[in-house]
Amino acid sequence: MTIIERRDVPPARTHGPRRWVGQSIRRVEDPKFLRGRGGYIADLVRPGMLHAAVLRSPYPHARIVSIDTTAAEAMPGVYAVVTGAQAAELTDPLPDFGPDPAKHTWRCLAVDKVRYVGEGVVVVVADDRYLAEDALALIEVEYDPLPAVVDPVRALDAGAPLVHEALGANLAYDRTFDFGDVDADFAEADLVVRDRLRWHRSGGQPLETVGAIADFDPSTGQLTAHTNSLSFTSYLFMAAATLRIPANKLDIRQVPAGGSFGSKLFVTKPLVIAGMCSRIVGRPVVFLEDRVDNISNCDHHGSDRVYDVELAVMRDGTLRGLRIDTIDDYGAYIQFGVGHHGNALAQVTGPYTIGSVRYRVRAALTNKNQQGAYRGFGSEVNNWMLEQMVDKAARELRMDPVEIRRRNFIQPAQFPYFIPTGNAYDSGDYEAVLERALELGEYDRWRAEQARAREEGRYLGIGLITAQERSVFSATEFWFWFDEPGAPVTSMPESVTLNVDATGGITATLYSCAFWGNSPETMVAQLVAEEFDCEPHDVSIVYHGSQGGLPATGPGGSRTTVMLAGAVEGASAKIKAKARRAASELLEVDPDDLEWTEGGFQVRGVPDRRKSLGDIAIALHLFKHTFPEDIESGLEESKVFDHPWTTMPSADRSDLGVFYPFMGHACHVPVVEVDVATGEVRILAYAAVHDCGTLVNPRSLAGHIVGGTAQGIGTALYEEFVYDDHGQLVTSSFLDYTIPSAMEVPELRIDHVETPSPYTPHGIKGGGEGGRMMAPAALNVAVNDALAPLGVRVTELPMTPDRLRAAIRAAEGAPPG
Amino acid sequence: MRDLHEITLTVNGREHTLAVEPRRLLVDVLREDLGLPGTHIGCEHGVCGTCTVLLDGASIRSCSTLAVQVDGRSVRTVESLASGPDLHPLQEEFWDKQGLQCGYCTPGMLMRAVEILEQEPDPTPEQVREEIASNLCRCTGYQYIVEAVLAAAPRLRGGQQWDPTAGTAATVPTEAKA
Ligand code: FES
Ligand code: FES
Repeated sequence: MTIIERRDVPPARTHGPRRWVGQSIRRVEDPKFLRGRGGYIADLVRPGMLHAAVLRSPYPHARIVSIDTTAAEAMPGVYAVVTGAQAAELTDPLPDFGPDPAKHTWRCLAVDKVRYVGEGVVVVVADDRYLAEDALALIEVEYDPLPAVVDPVRALDAGAPLVHEALGANLAYDRTFDFGDVDADFAEADLVVRDRLRWHRSGGQPLETVGAIADFDPSTGQLTAHTNSLSFTSYLFMAAATLRIPANKLDIRQVPAGGSFGSKLFVTKPLVIAGMCSRIVGRPVVFLEDRVDNISNCDHHGSDRVYDVELAVMRDGTLRGLRIDTIDDYGAYIQFGVGHHGNALAQVTGPYTIGSVRYRVRAALTNKNQQGAYRGFGSEVNNWMLEQMVDKAARELRMDPVEIRRRNFIQPAQFPYFIPTGNAYDSGDYEAVLERALELGEYDRWRAEQARAREEGRYLGIGLITAQERSVFSATEFWFWFDEPGAPVTSMPESVTLNVDATGGITATLYSCAFWGNSPETMVAQLVAEEFDCEPHDVSIVYHGSQGGLPATGPGGSRTTVMLAGAVEGASAKIKAKARRAASELLEVDPDDLEWTEGGFQVRGVPDRRKSLGDIAIALHLFKHTFPEDIESGLEESKVFDHPWTTMPSADRSDLGVFYPFMGHACHVPVVEVDVATGEVRILAYAAVHDCGTLVNPRSLAGHIVGGTAQGIGTALYEEFVYDDHGQLVTSSFLDYTIPSAMEVPELRIDHVETPSPYTPHGIKGGGEGGRMMAPAALNVAVNDALAPLGVRVTELPMTPDRLRAAIRAAEGAPPG
Repeated sequence: MRDLHEITLTVNGREHTLAVEPRRLLVDVLREDLGLPGTHIGCEHGVCGTCTVLLDGASIRSCSTLAVQVDGRSVRTVESLASGPDLHPLQEEFWDKQGLQCGYCTPGMLMRAVEILEQEPDPTPEQVREEIASNLCRCTGYQYIVEAVLAAAPRLRGGQQWDPTAGTAATVPTEAKA
């Protein structure tokens, strides 16, 4: 085992009193949205813009024998018809971080065979979307259907139909990692708790689909694209390579995204389709998915896992070790590799002092839409798995579920704490969060209520869980799976430019496509206001296109606020340094005799000898020659902020290094009632206490907790992309893929504990994913608590009425039916 | 040649005469032909309510309404709510309570809220929750939308207009701390 140096913990920071950080100001983004002037991708119209539509495969698995596009091409109003084979001549495969891209090649349209229902086969470009869809109806494709593979466990059987013949199997990845002394922990355990758990696939399904407008200029070779795809900037060169254009000839312009939740992260397919078409027709082309495209042919279904788990436990409740064996159904392609499991390994042992972990992951390929990102990126599944196991351990030990958690918590004095995988947890106070949640959720009262209800034959359950929310990813999680090629540690930068105009007005420039419903502009405005003592709503925020932009990564892994805060802090310091020098010239004092106060520099202790930022700015803009030679005109500075704490994995991967260190925590306490006759679950009460460090805009964070919890309720109870045994997708609309409405989401009680991170600006940790990372676990525990008197334990999500009824019937010993 | 029908409709008080294909959807007429992009498209099959507009005062789904069906009738969209710099009280309260995140459902939600408060000017929280269940929001979990509608109700009952001199940088209370 390689020894990893753990001494390079960053220096701890301290923070003074704050004026704007911590205030729930109205969001600066909102007025345009409230007026219906959001400027989303569907709202943008370019002169001469044409519309693309994609013909989708009706088969889960079939050879494409022939495609006849003659009638479509002849249709008036049609400009181009491009088959998958033709697209493969014009573009390279889509960017793929997977284990072996050459063996499961992913393209913007299918070539030779289709691998899931919905996969794109042909694209048509026409004057408008109506005509484009008319033309799709004229295309004749002859398919030779093949047997489909749907179940991830059976996909690994010898003789299963092959999704990719070149791979020779449906197993795209298989590796087992050991962290700590697993065998000793299990050998010494008093009890080993075992379970098989099943998490079915759901997805972000924002109300706005993904789209791109591409405008290729043949005279310059430049492709300008507007897209609501996020996190584009850092891997832009890969998309450019797919389009076979130089990276410096591709300019991505930011547009707000109408929701993402991971599902718009680095979506390249619409961009490549639009870009390819624009190049063919020489005019701007928009490709905007419709809802069926977004459900059946997107880049981002969520996790789809089978778990066999063992938890080594002592009689006193001490949790010793974990053995996890998981098969994840990635669908037909595997663009992000098994990064979802890297994510889970950042917090695999939860808030507990579990000392060892064995983690086996097998990635199965099947005839389904591929997996990508959904709020939690695989860590939400790990939270659910771990909390089911802890809950089961408590039941087997006849221990109180609160007590078993409390007994195993990492204590405040133990931070920074390194979990067995090597990732660090920066800080936390799990006991304080738990206490507050028990109080807010009226835990004792509900336990009494539960006992009373049981006497009446009603089944109430309380779902206490305590779990982690890692934040600020370093991309290590995507590549530590492979020994070769090695790569140095990734820094995932984010940049801000601050410009002070001649009147003292401040403009902040952002460089990634950062808005999806989060509040990057509000955060930056508040942080700038904190630095310069101005009103946040007076700060202007603009987005730079990717061309010529500073390094920027974009949202993902709850990183945006922390990273933007670092960039704002750095750029502000540079602005203030220049302003200090300028003020010292104007006031004819030593720079060190000046102090920043109330929006300007003043001579220490002499309040009437001061220069406001506006005074300094106008001098710097107009009267440069009054300053020394080395002071240039203007007042503008940039900061590229890199990940503040990430380290290399060990060569043998027994230690993955620090890659997700700013560790949020939460305790959710839902109360449910299960109708055992119908299998319906009603949520009677729901309390959530989160700790994501210093809050910038508490109302905004609370909104994300409620919204994320609503999504978690969907995951736990309602939402599933269902493929039948033949591979047909039977949930291709919002009629069947059921997103919770206001009637399914209860009024939440929310509170926050603030344990500032010692290592980030203002002590901020990310918090955007927390609701969904907790709710599925909490609701499963709650339902199992409700049904425990019947001897029922539900191990499969979503807990639909039919699944619950089946479990109840099985416990009653009745024949199914 | 496309088969075109002439229709006349009033949108936000202004009358328009257009020639449309019989299959053309109202939402496309509003967004593309009349330049009113505030009405959004979410599901295109009548489930999510993102495309909600008022037709002669009653909410409808413009994604599953044909433009020829509204010939001679009157449509209100989100663009009718603000007057100049002044936001409508519902817009104000959505802003104040953070009843939006990505803003994509917001126009439909606002138009539905206009209808709810016209029908029941003094609703209970339970009524608001039940009534807005017609419209999906993927971001907010609805809680602050309910709060915003409830906060707007007395302002609309009193016919009170938003005071633009009150400024826009007002803060809302942080979460209650014990
Ligand atoms: S877009 Fe009309 S109801 Fe969904
Ligand atoms: S605010 Fe995003 S869908 Fe409602």
